[in-house]
Order: sequence, then C-alpha cells, then structure tokens
Amino acid sequence: MSSLLASLRTPRGLLTAVLLLALAILPLLTQAFDQRYLLSIGTRIVIWAIAAISLNMILGYGGLVSFGHAMFFGIGGYAVGILAHHGMASGWIQWPAGIAAAALWAALIGALSLRTRGLYFIMITLAFAQLVYYLGAGLEAYGGDDGLNISRSRFAGLLDLRDKASFYWLCFALLCGTLWFCSRFAHSRFGLVIRGAKSNDLRMTALGFPVFRYRLAAFILSGAFGGLAGILLANEGAYISPAMMSWVKSGDLIVIVVLGGMGTLFGPLYGAIAFFALEESLPPLLDLGRRGWGEYWQIAFGPMLVLVALYARGGIDSLFGRRHD
Amino acid sequence: MTEPLLSTDRLIKRFGGLLATDAVSIDVRPGEIHALIGPNGAGKTTLVSQLTGNLRPDSGTIHFAGRDVTHLPAHARVRLGLARSFQITAVLREFTALDNVALAVQAHAGHSFRFLADARRDESLRRPARQGLAAVGLAARADMAAAALSHGEQRQLEIAMALAGDPCLLLLDEPMAGMGAEESQRMIGFLRALRGKRAMLLIEHDMDAVFQLADRITVLVYGRAIASGTPEEIRANPDVRQAYLGDDFTSAKNS
Repeated sequence: MSSLLASLRTPRGLLTAVLLLALAILPLLTQAFDQRYLLSIGTRIVIWAIAAISLNMILGYGGLVSFGHAMFFGIGGYAVGILAHHGMASGWIQWPAGIAAAALWAALIGALSLRTRGLYFIMITLAFAQLVYYLGAGLEAYGGDDGLNISRSRFAGLLDLRDKASFYWLCFALLCGTLWFCSRFAHSRFGLVIRGAKSNDLRMTALGFPVFRYRLAAFILSGAFGGLAGILLANEGAYISPAMMSWVKSGDLIVIVVLGGMGTLFGPLYGAIAFFALEESLPPLLDLGRRGWGEYWQIAFGPMLVLVALYARGGIDSLFGRRHD
Repeated sequence: MTEPLLSTDRLIKRFGGLLATDAVSIDVRPGEIHALIGPNGAGKTTLVSQLTGNLRPDSGTIHFAGRDVTHLPAHARVRLGLARSFQITAVLREFTALDNVALAVQAHAGHSFRFLADARRDESLRRPARQGLAAVGLAARADMAAAALSHGEQRQLEIAMALAGDPCLLLLDEPMAGMGAEESQRMIGFLRALRGKRAMLLIEHDMDAVFQLADRITVLVYGRAIASGTPEEIRANPDVRQAYLGDDFTSAKNS
C-alpha cells in the first residue's frame, strides 16, 4: 500500500491514477454530458484492455508472440452464445463454462504450439485461430458466417447487464481485478520464471526450470483471461459472430500491446485507449481534409505505428520515463 | 577406489557424416577436478551438451549420482545436482545480478507455481542469493543489471548461479574465456578453493590453468578420448604431445 502511494508521486503514477478515476466515473460523465455513445466506446476499450493484458502476459512478459489471441474472444463468446441459445441464460453457468472452455483450448493448443519457437510459433497460433474461426463460421445452427443475436447473461437479482452503466461498471471492476492479478503475477516466482525464459530460456533450463511447463501454464492463464474478455464482448453487443475472432482482431490485440508498451502493467490499457481513440477520431479528422478520406484512416494509423516502433520502443508507457522493476 | 559421480559409457554422437563424439568413456569422481582439453572442434562442447541433456547421444549411456540419466531432460539433471556454466556468457541480462542468483536459488526451492507473492521480497530466496554473490566477490554489484557487469564479472556471476543449487558436479565450459590475466588468476584461486567440496569437469584452453587445477586430464581429439590420466602422465604421453600439446610446451614445463 505504501509503495502504491509512493508511486502516485511520479508522473506515471499520477497519470495512471487520474486515468483510472476517469474510467471509474465514466458512466456519470457520459450521462452528464449526454454522450451515451462514448460509454459504449468506453465499454469496448475496457473489454479490449482486459484481452490485451491477457495477451501481454505471454507476449510482453513471456516473449511469446501469439498471433491468434482473438480465438479466445471467440471461445468465450460462443460459450455464452451457445448456452444462451439453448435456454441456459444464467451467467453463473455461462461464465465459468466460457472461461473453462478457453483455458482448456489454451492447454490443448499450447501443448502443441509451445514446442515451436519464433516465427513457427506465430504461424501455428495463427493457424489454430483460423481453425476456430472457420469452425465458428461453419456452425450453421449458431448463425454460421452471419453470427447470432443472443440474450445477455442473467445474474438474477444481482445485476442487469442490459443496463449500460451497470454493465460498464462490471467490466471496469473486472479490468481492475485483471490489473491487480497481473501486477502480482509480474513479480511473483511464476512471473520471474516466465520473464527469465523470455530473456534466455536455455539458461533457465540450465538452472533447473522445466520451462515448457511454466510457459504452458502462462498460456492457459492468458487464454482464460482472454475467454473472460470474449464473454464480456458477447454481452456488450448481445451478439456473437466469427468476425470477433478473425486474424485481424488478433493483429489489433498485438498492435494494442506493442503500442501501449510490452511487458508493462498499464501499457495494454494505454494501448487500448489510444487504439480506439484513433479509430474513432481519425476518420472524422481526415474527412475534414476531404470528404471520403476518413474511410482510409488506416493509411494515417499505419505510419503512426511505424513511428512508435522506431522511436518509442517501449510504447506509450515509455513516454512517462523509465520504469524501474 | 570411490564410485565415480559421473561416468559415460561409449558415448556416440553423429552430425551427418561427422563423428563428433566417438565412443567416449570418461568419469568424474566426487570432489575431483577433471579437465577436458583438446584442440578447437574436438567435440568438447558437444560432449558437455550431452552430459547436460541439451543433446541426445546416438548411443551409449550416461550415469550420474548412481542413476542412468541418459534420457533425463536437462532441467531434471540439474535437480539431481549437475550444474553448468556456458562457454558464451549466458546471464539474464535484463535482471540484476542478485535477481540472477535468486532465480537460481528459486529453481531448487520447490515448484514456482506461485502467482501472487512478490518473489523479490522473499528472504528465503534473497538471503542465499546475497551469500552466493558475496562468495564470488560480487556483493557490491548486487543491484546492477547483469548486462552492465564487466565480462569477467558476468563469468563470476555464472559461477554463482551454478553454485546456488548446491550442486555436486559443476560442468565449466571455458570459465576463463575472455578474461584478463588477473581475473583468470582470481577465478583459478576460487575454483581451487572449491576442490574437494564439489566435483568439476573443466573445459579450458588455458593450459596454465588446467595444469594448476586438474587432478586428472582427458584429451579429446576429433571426438575421441586419446588419453586420460594425471597431469604428469598427460604431459609425458607421446600421443598427446603430437596431437595437441606440442613439444615446446611439455619440455618447457618439465625443465
């Protein structure tokens, strides 16, 4: 606790505190200024931040570039959607089922993919994600390519997810929980093994660590939190479709983590905010230059990413000065 | 005669047409320093990689601490007490010197599936790590990033990491490589102090160091162990003279 207060005195700590506070009262702000649309963007930012933090556990701390993380969006989402479709609306069943399914799938493909390294790992995770994508697209009973409208999870008497503000606060609370876990994880025995293996896995093996086992556990953890984000995403739009796990989404998640700062606690959150802010603001800005340019906002977004890659290696997080850990 | 701690029996490793390890049978007894010498490309590192479990031999067996470990994975052999240092310095560069040794301690302190408690505040890891650093003379460097240490200090750090698990056998792959004369001499002194307490298989090009330290020497040429014996025997061995040491060296040492 004392270290938490001490960190408030640094510019990074202060900014993060203000940011979290703003996020905490976002529904009040959007109501006060009558900007309902901003709340829905805010909800998506928070959900994507959870997914990005979960990817960061293996990508940032573990150095494992998984190019298929959106598949966990899909697995969490489809678990909710399929159960809802069959009349099982209770969130108490849907949510644990979604998280367990994501963890199980992560265990299975992790056990296979983690035997490869580098480029091969990128390709094999992408391949598995495509497999899940086409599986979803092939599920005609659940809408196939078009997806499926679903009813939101029910937590009878506790929470109504149809209420946008309550749903946002639930997502925000889960984001805080994920951040808390990640902050502990990063400095735990387990986290240090994962980070050591990123630095030099041969060395870690020579020290006596069964590196594969620890990486697999990290992959499962990451998948479970990714599944949670998928559950939230399905509830946000009351809709599931294969598009939520396309490779483009996996790429977006990597972009968010790299943009925000790999291997940092708040980097993925900064990255998610920046990503959605740019996605929302670049099109109208470009339209000011000439009508129709907004459609091509990614032409402006791409070079920005290149600049970050070239000049801000540590992402947005590094702009607040060096982190010491 | 005591039972050897480590022994290999007709170990063979091929890379395509190249016989990198040619029916090598060596042993290391408890507490002794056994040096492995030979020209570049003789297959010393290949042999060590098979001992550590990073390479699978094509045939032959490896026994360590009374067990057949031929098919045991690398991390499990470390648990049995077989530690190594690398020919090319391999410390965790982003971590501090103390973190490096603390991780080595952690590797031997049960499983690491602990997700919440801060490992850097865990005195059961930090205290032995600080002692280990002090033992190799790096106490003052504890909080420096490993990457910022000098080359010689990184080699010392490697030794501290290898010793952290209290191993009974150290495989040292050119621990003096790239060190200045003074640093080398310090390392020799340090290793000599360990003699008798831990067995060592020492690969080294510096013949002064080898003949100062070794209880026994095995000479490897083209993957084959052409001779094995005490430093005096090796010096006097005509095959070794011809293949490796050269007459200058042996006569200078004998005079």
